[in-house]
Amino acid sequence: MLTIDQLSLQLPVYASWWKREWTTCLDKLSLHFSAGEVHAVVGASGAGKSLLAYAMMGLLPTPARLNGQLYYQGSPLDRPRQRQLRGRELALIPQSLNALDPLVRTQRQVAWAAQRSGQPSKSARHAAQLALDHYQLDARAQQAYAHELSGGMARRVLTAMAHVSQAQLVIADEPSVGLDPHQRQRVLAALRELADQGKTVILITHDLRHALPIADRVTIMRHGKQVETAAASAFQGNGDSLTAVYSQALWQALPDNSFSIRGTRKAQQDIQKEANVA
Amino acid sequence: MRLTALIAKRLVRLALVLLCVALVSFGLMMASPIDPIDAYLGPQMAQVSPEQRALIAQRWGFDESAAIQFGHWLRQLVSGDLGWSHVYNQPVSEVIGQRFQRSIILLGSAWLLSALLGFSLGVAAGAKEGSKLDNAISTYAFITASTPAFWLAILAVLLFSVTLGWTPTCCAGPTGILSQEVTLLSRLHHLVLPVTTLALLGIATITLHTRARMLELMRSAVATHAFAQGASRLDVAWRHGLRHASLPAMTLAFASLGELFGGSILIEQVFAYPGLGQATVAAGLRSDVPLLLGIALFTALFVSVGNLIADSLYAVIDPRIQSGGL
Repeated sequence: MLTIDQLSLQLPVYASWWKREWTTCLDKLSLHFSAGEVHAVVGASGAGKSLLAYAMMGLLPTPARLNGQLYYQGSPLDRPRQRQLRGRELALIPQSLNALDPLVRTQRQVAWAAQRSGQPSKSARHAAQLALDHYQLDARAQQAYAHELSGGMARRVLTAMAHVSQAQLVIADEPSVGLDPHQRQRVLAALRELADQGKTVILITHDLRHALPIADRVTIMRHGKQVETAAASAFQGNGDSLTAVYSQALWQALPDNSFSIRGTRKAQQDIQKEANVA
Repeated sequence: MRLTALIAKRLVRLALVLLCVALVSFGLMMASPIDPIDAYLGPQMAQVSPEQRALIAQRWGFDESAAIQFGHWLRQLVSGDLGWSHVYNQPVSEVIGQRFQRSIILLGSAWLLSALLGFSLGVAAGAKEGSKLDNAISTYAFITASTPAFWLAILAVLLFSVTLGWTPTCCAGPTGILSQEVTLLSRLHHLVLPVTTLALLGIATITLHTRARMLELMRSAVATHAFAQGASRLDVAWRHGLRHASLPAMTLAFASLGELFGGSILIEQVFAYPGLGQATVAAGLRSDVPLLLGIALFTALFVSVGNLIADSLYAVIDPRIQSGGL
């Protein structure tokens, strides 16, 4: 459905106010996301996960150097096409809860999202109502302002706003941050449900453990590079079916695997060596 | 119960503000080098003997100490009497009433114009940073924000009234006609130039503040999220921008009421417009203490009420702000 071919991104950094340097944030990424799958993109903070999301949506800041190609359903996805498809075909569940307008009631914001996806205002209001009910936001939450919502409710509002657009590709940027296990389950289950409806879900997270139960495939990122893309089923046992040392180390570092990075220093060296080769 | 307590609190605060304004103004008048009796007599000063002067001083109560004079004034004020203006030879309340009727048209239209135009220009400029429209509006706003109002007024009179002859040079109506007989059209004709110059002053500051808030919003997570939903720049500016930018614009519009009063004193002087501003200057120059105190109180009341309205409206627009604090 969405194919990324040799995507590189550079952003300016000002060493001093007159001196501009370019730092590489994404380095020759090649990925394919297919319909009906939850594809988790996992990496540490600063790995470039959110920038990848913005690059796919066409929401990067203006002074950015983007190389490589994006294809959506076979044809190139350039800026004008991204602008045209945003909200209709492509949806983003943003990482920050500040993305909700503090001055507008929940219900109205969801209705706006529906309108922006091209639905006439009357059916948009109806669609918003359905989406809000679907995510179990009661009448009080619907009439509330953002600061009156709990973290979990705000997340569900953001999810509802992506859901209401009926987009075929949903990018969820760290949707489970700051939620208790129960709430997290609900948010992640909602994403799985979208994929089961035939949509493509890209789940961006730093926590491999939360991604695995719902993901079909997992891409591990490190320092803007793609370390490995593997089926979620490859993350089992000792992680021997994973090809990259870094992904193995990530897997073994999970509490369920008793934090068993074998020979930590050795692993560190191997990861470094691997990065140098790539 | 909570509401009445709130209103009572606000009223007490307002009364304190007014008392302070009265005290300070009175103190300043006492320190003024202009002798009210000299100012009253004018050129006839030389023909009046010291005994007669003493008689006038006694009749007006100037022979008593400042504190007692203030006490007299305060007692009369409480009973609803603002005193007698010797400059206009009328009760102070009447002078203020008549003058304010003319000033409020000038002030009100200038205020409305600067608030609406300033806000619209600010939103238009801030919606797209660095666009041609933004550059044009910002340049205009920076230039007018740093231009003194009276100087602009003098230039305007020179150009439009003297050179081009489009507008009258003075007053609220044609000279030699009773104010009751001046037609509406003529009144408006006399208002055009003062209102425009006075509004220009307010437009610039409101534009700059609105624009700053707009820029902030257009870079915020809210705007990015809206763009991700497929919103156009116009959509974001209209639905999110207007709300967010109206907060600073409104605060500024109401807070600038005082500035507007100050500006109107200069503007009325330049255009010889017989409003409250001109009366203030006359009262100050001729040491008309009751009139000046009356105007000071009235202005303070006007500005305080403006701020009160701004406070209340703030809570209406921004749900995060709870009204109630002092």
